Amino acid sequence: MKAAKWVVALVFTLLSCVPALAADTIRIGAIFSVTGPASFLGEPEKNTLLMLKDKVNSAGGVNGKQVEVIVYDDESDVNKCVMAAKKLLDQDGVSVVIGPSISGNTLAISKFFSSAEVPLVSCAAAEKIVKPVDPWVFNTPQLDRHAVTKILQSAKARGFSKLAILTVSDGYGQAGRGVLNELIPAGGFQLVADEVYGPKDTDMTAQLTKIKGAAPDAIICWGTNPGPAVVARNRVQLGLTTPLYMSHGVASDKFIELAGDAAEGLVLPAGRLVAVDLVPADHPQKPVLEAYVADYAKAYNSPVSSFGGYAHDAFALVLEAVGKGGSAKPADIRDNLEKIAKFPGTSGVYTYGPDNHNGLDESAFIMVTIKNGTWNVTE
Amino acid sequence: MDPSSLLQYLITGLTLGSTYGLTALGFTIIFNTTGVINFAQGEFVMLGGMMSVYFTRVLGLGEPVAVILAVVGATVAGALVERLAIRPVRDCPTINLVIITIGVSILVRGLAMLAWGKDTHVLEPFSGDRPIMVLGAAVMPQALWVLAVSLLLLAGLKAFFSGTIHGKAMLACSHDPKAASLVGIGVQRMVLLSFMISALVGAVGGVILAPITMTSYDVGIMLGLKGFAACILGGLGNPFGAAAGGVILGVLESLGAGFISSAYKDALAFVILLALLFVKPSGLFGLKDSKRV
Repeated sequence: MKAAKWVVALVFTLLSCVPALAADTIRIGAIFSVTGPASFLGEPEKNTLLMLKDKVNSAGGVNGKQVEVIVYDDESDVNKCVMAAKKLLDQDGVSVVIGPSISGNTLAISKFFSSAEVPLVSCAAAEKIVKPVDPWVFNTPQLDRHAVTKILQSAKARGFSKLAILTVSDGYGQAGRGVLNELIPAGGFQLVADEVYGPKDTDMTAQLTKIKGAAPDAIICWGTNPGPAVVARNRVQLGLTTPLYMSHGVASDKFIELAGDAAEGLVLPAGRLVAVDLVPADHPQKPVLEAYVADYAKAYNSPVSSFGGYAHDAFALVLEAVGKGGSAKPADIRDNLEKIAKFPGTSGVYTYGPDNHNGLDESAFIMVTIKNGTWNVTE
Repeated sequence: MDPSSLLQYLITGLTLGSTYGLTALGFTIIFNTTGVINFAQGEFVMLGGMMSVYFTRVLGLGEPVAVILAVVGATVAGALVERLAIRPVRDCPTINLVIITIGVSILVRGLAMLAWGKDTHVLEPFSGDRPIMVLGAAVMPQALWVLAVSLLLLAGLKAFFSGTIHGKAMLACSHDPKAASLVGIGVQRMVLLSFMISALVGAVGGVILAPITMTSYDVGIMLGLKGFAACILGGLGNPFGAAAGGVILGVLESLGAGFISSAYKDALAFVILLALLFVKPSGLFGLKDSKRV
């Protein structure tokens, strides 16, 4: 009986210690696809997060507290992602979670965060993540809708009315195709051809020939490397001169390398990270972009990618919420995230709100043209 | 449908089809000597393309030298696969050997990823990018290279198998290894040779394809699959059937994408393949009784 009393007393003492321990550091969880098919997303994201954590801690932390980051690799697998999320919420007791890298995984775990009442800041782009708004779920990448809006603005300015689309049949392409199918008629354009190619396809001349038969004013191609490079090459090889728009999915130097001369004259929306030198000095994003590019090159000796930028922005937004709100409690972080306004990140200038958990609009993109093997701003 | 579009679909299909046909050729060579379907065949294609990119990019060699080195390299890889993975377990049933080739393909893909990274690479076309216009349809110069080299390889193999003592010895091994060794044929040597020839054919395919399709560590998966389908379509064990099967598959895909819907392009080709196998299980050009004794 006496022993039982002691045990109860001990448990209470230990329990009362837990908040005290947690108060020493700010615990941030992260789930990225560091390995597996989506590792081209997860690897730069993990690198970015660890680099930023060291930078913040060596500068004295946030509100005098050090930042602790717990990163799990979901191996691009949805089951591993669910397990990692449960572990972060149940065992590690984190205040906020950054990631996952891919949309499917984010959608699979977002419900746990609403029930655990811990905020999740995803680095995946699907519109479904933030629409309808889940009070506990945010994301940082630009939405497909913003890119399509930007492309259609350009098409309208150039006087095009008949458009053809050529999309890849994976998650990225299907999401883009959905938005294109919605916004093209809504914008007063006529959709004359809607073609699809497989992510592993190596020849798209059949689709382009069919598109040529429909005689559009411009073609919009939606995919990530290497498919769009094949489309660009096939277009030149078929002797097609119809203007070709690409999506932001190819906005990296790798695309120019793969498409070679066929990339000349192509127009696409891109985040400002691809062309930091072209951003005017008075733009609010300029210092953020320059610092990120320089730090990343120093830490990892490799160029930045826009994917790493999503993790950069998620981390910066979380720290901003913690710093401004003066609290690292999950509920306070959530409330303060919604109060963030005009906060410059690498992907755009964020303004979150109770009905806006993406924070960006089409001004996060600039339209760029590829000329002489490099990027040029068209607007 | 205007005739120039139809012609364009046919040309596209022919080019694509030759790529499947070349991979299929590699399958038949090894099948003809060992009775094994070598699922690492797609990896030989990948090695040819990736090595030529590596030799031109990193070592800065001229394209012709890089191409020859890449083909030699892949041929050596073919020999190594036979010596290290197939020969130690040669007495196993065929199905075990087939499974081993799947393992080999995963290993080779992994090694290539570690060595050269996950990026896609491109090789410059041999004779430029400017299309040749034929009756309103565009033909890429590289497509002509693919067609010409495929035909040359096919003719060379035909001459080898029916005209040389080594070729005939390899055919004999496939029919009855025991009888072949009794008449003094070094069966193991023939198996080694067949792996090297099929790696060579695959690598040549990989090199001439790389400018059109680009290359990365994982291009072998899809090419291997399509090449295998071409083999089955043409009739396993018949090199001409394999090449023809590849061309037919490519043309069907291209026409399907053009006239029906590009979304069902891959499915369409396989549905036709299945339908054909119901009617003629031995493939288009296979003999009725596939065991030739």
